Amino acid sequence: MLNNLRSSFQKILMYPSAIAGISVILFLVVVAIYTMITIPYNEAITLWRGGEEVWYQNPKFAQPAWINYFSTKKYAESFAVDTANAEMQKTVIPGEGGVSTIEMVHEFEFESDVYPQDLILYFDSAFQAKQPFVSIELITPDERTVRIANFVLTGSDYTYRFSQDDKLRTKLRTEDVILALFSMPDSEVPLKGTYKLVMIGSVFEPESTIDAEFVFHGQVFGLAGTDHARRDLTLPLLWGVPVALAFGLMAAIGTSVMTMIIAAIGTWYGGWVDELIQRITEINLVLPFFALLIMIGTFYSRSIWVILSATILLSIFTGGILGFRAVFLQVKQSMYIEAAKAYGASNMRIIFKYLIPRMIPLLIPGLVQSVPAFVFLEASLAVIGLGDPVLPTWGKIIQDANSNGALYKGYYYWVLEPAALLIITGLAFAVLGFALDRIFNPRLRDA
Amino acid sequence: MSAITQSPVEEQVVKKPFLNSSFIRILRYSAVRILTLFVTVVIGIYLTIVIANMGGYVDVIMRGEIRDRVTQMIINNQAYQQMDNETRQQLIQERIAAEEKRVGLDVPIAVRNFRYLKNALVLDLGRSINMTSDSGSKQVRLILLERLPPTLLLMATSQLFLFFSSIFIALNLSRNYGNFWDKLIIALSPSSAVPPWFYGIFLILIFAAGFKILPFGGMVDAPPPPNKFDYALNVLKHLILPGFSLVISAFFLSVYNYRTFFLIYSSEDYVDMARAKGLHAKDIERRYILRPTLPNIITNFALLIITLWTGALFTETVFLWPGLGRTLFQAIGQYDTPIIVGSTIIYAYLLAMTVFILNFVYALVDPRVKIGE
Repeated sequence: MLNNLRSSFQKILMYPSAIAGISVILFLVVVAIYTMITIPYNEAITLWRGGEEVWYQNPKFAQPAWINYFSTKKYAESFAVDTANAEMQKTVIPGEGGVSTIEMVHEFEFESDVYPQDLILYFDSAFQAKQPFVSIELITPDERTVRIANFVLTGSDYTYRFSQDDKLRTKLRTEDVILALFSMPDSEVPLKGTYKLVMIGSVFEPESTIDAEFVFHGQVFGLAGTDHARRDLTLPLLWGVPVALAFGLMAAIGTSVMTMIIAAIGTWYGGWVDELIQRITEINLVLPFFALLIMIGTFYSRSIWVILSATILLSIFTGGILGFRAVFLQVKQSMYIEAAKAYGASNMRIIFKYLIPRMIPLLIPGLVQSVPAFVFLEASLAVIGLGDPVLPTWGKIIQDANSNGALYKGYYYWVLEPAALLIITGLAFAVLGFALDRIFNPRLRDA
Repeated sequence: MSAITQSPVEEQVVKKPFLNSSFIRILRYSAVRILTLFVTVVIGIYLTIVIANMGGYVDVIMRGEIRDRVTQMIINNQAYQQMDNETRQQLIQERIAAEEKRVGLDVPIAVRNFRYLKNALVLDLGRSINMTSDSGSKQVRLILLERLPPTLLLMATSQLFLFFSSIFIALNLSRNYGNFWDKLIIALSPSSAVPPWFYGIFLILIFAAGFKILPFGGMVDAPPPPNKFDYALNVLKHLILPGFSLVISAFFLSVYNYRTFFLIYSSEDYVDMARAKGLHAKDIERRYILRPTLPNIITNFALLIITLWTGALFTETVFLWPGLGRTLFQAIGQYDTPIIVGSTIIYAYLLAMTVFILNFVYALVDPRVKIGE
C-alpha cells in the first residue's frame, strides 16, 4: 500500500506541470512562513486597520514603483525625510537673548514626467510661551527662488500642506500649486532637475527647538503601490498568502476527510444510517450554499474561522459522498474485509484501518483539486463585502478596489496584483491535482 | 436521484402493458417524488429560517430599526411638538409595541419560525425593510419576481451555449484525440478553477476599460432605447461580457470531461462492432456513443446548473446585472432580512425544481431507467 503510494508520487516527476505546481506551492508556503515571522499577526492587523497616522507618508492610489521600467512616462517616487533622525540637514545658529535661527535644507531630484500628488511638512516644536516662526522657500533647478509661506507654529504639532495653501495659490496665480511649483513659469511642462527646499525657523526661547518632516507624495510607491487609505499594498498581498493557503487547505482537507469518513460509516453500517446520510445529502443539495454563507456572514460573524466551519459543514454532504459511497460498496465485498470480520475486528477498526486507507488514492487528487475553489471562495466572499473584518487578504484588496471604482478610474494595478496572486495559487493547486488525478486514476491517462 | 432504479432489460414483456397502467405508474411516481422533494424543500427552508433567525439576532436589528423609525417620526411630527416629554415617551412606547406586534415580534421565536415557514412555502415572503421593486412595491415576492427574468436570461443563454458548444467540441476532439487541439484543451482545463466573476473582472478590464467597445455593466443603457428592437440589441450587448465569463470559466473543464466520457464509451465493443459493420461515423457517434452517455451528460449539466444558480451571485454583482444575485448582494448591504431569507427560499425552490425535472429527463433519454419501478 505504502509502496504503491510512493511509486505513484514518483510518477509526478513525469509531469512537468505538476512539478511547476509543486514549486509554486512550496514557494507560497515559504512566503507565508516568512510573512508570519517578519510581520506578526497583531502588527499586521494594527497596520492594516491603521489610518492616516500610520500611513501619512504614502501617497494615495500610487502605482507600484517598478511601473517606471515599463512606462515611457516617468512617475515621481515618494519619499519622506525627517530632521529628527538626520535624514534632513538641520543647522542651529544661536543668536542673542535666546533667539536662534534653525536652518533646515533638503535637496531632492525631480526627474519625472508626471507631477507629484502633494508636498507636506510636519513641524514638531517645543516652546514655553513664545511661538516659533518659520519661512519656507523652494529653489527650482533654474535658480528661481519661490517664497512658499511664512507662518507661526501655533502648536507643538503643525502641518503645512502645499496644495491646500490658498495664499500661495493666489500668489502664484494658479489653480494647482504643485503644477505651478514644478513647471517652468507660464508653462505646463514638468521642470526636471534638483530642487532645494529651505526652511528658516526662528525660535525665541533658549530651550525652544523645531524639527520638521518633509513628506513628498509622488505618483508611485514601493513594490505594490498604495490604496485609497494610503496603505502599502505589500502588507495585504503578503498576508494574503498564509490566509489563502490556510483557508484553502483546511477547507479542502476538512471537507474531503469528513466526507470520506461519513461515506465509509454509512456504507459499512448500511440500513437507516445510510438512508439518513442520503436524505441529508438531498436536503443539502436544495440548500443554496452561497446564500446561506452570506446569511451567516451577515447575521453572525464574518470571522474567517466561522466562515471556514460553515463552508466545511455545508460541503460535506454533496455529490462527493455519492462517489465515495459507490467505491466503498465495492470494497465492502472484498475478501480481506471478510477476513477482518472473521477474526473479529470491531466496526471502527474495519472502517478506519481497512476501508478508508483504500480510498486514499481517490481522496488525494480530489482534495488537491478542491483547494482552488476554496481559495477563490474566500476571495469571492471578501469581494461582496463579507470578508474577515480584521484580516488583510487578497479578496479585501479587490473589494476595496472595486468599491473605489479602480477599473473605471484606471487603477489597474490595484486589481491585477491580488488577481495575479489568486490565479497563480489557484492554478498551482489545479495543475497539481490534475496530474495527481491522472496518476492515481490511470484509466483517464490513456483516454 | 436515488429513487431512480436502474433495472437492466431483463424480462422481455411479451404483452405490451396497458398504456393506462404505465400512466398510473408515472403519476404515482411523480406524486411520491414531488412529496419527497417537497419534504426536502420544507426541511431546507426551515433550516434556512432557523439560520436566519437563530439567537434572535435579526430581531435585535429589527427592534432597533423600529425604535429609531418611530422615535424619529414622533419627534419630527409637528402635531406632537406641544406634548410634554412624559406623554410623548409613552406615545413612543405604545407606537413601538404596536409596530412590533404588526411585524410579529411579540410571539416566541419557535412559533415565529413556523409562521415564517408557512408563509415562505406559499411564497408570502413579507415586506422588505428598505428595498423597493422598480414598480415601487415593498412586497418581497414582487421584488424578487421582478429580478428573476434577468437572472434566467443570463443563466439560460450562457448555460445552453456552454452545454451545446462543449458537447460539439468534445465529440470532435474524441474523434481525433491526441492532436494539438486535444492537448491544448487538456492543458487549459485547470483554468476552470477560476470562478466566473474573476474572469469578469479581466473581461471588463480588457473590453470595457481598455477597448471601450462593451459596457462596464448593467442590463440596458440609461436611458433605455425606446423601440423594442433596439432595446433587445442593447440588452444583448450588455449580456456579452457576463455571459462570456460564465461560459469561459466552465468551458475547458466541461469539454475535457465530456471528451473523456466519449472516449471511454467509444472503446466499447459494440462501437467496434458498429465500425466493423462499416456504419457511418456520424451514425456511430449519434447512436452508439452519444446515446449511452446522455444520462451522464445530463447529470453533469444539472449539477452545473445547480452550482451556477447560486454562484451567479458574484458574477451579477461584478457586472451590476439586475438579477436575483445582485438583489441578494444589495440586501446584505442594507441588512434587509426579508429579502435575504426570501431569495434563499426562491433559490431552494429553483434547486428543487431542477432536481425534479432532472428525474424525468433521465427517464426520457435512457430507456434503461424506468420511472417508478
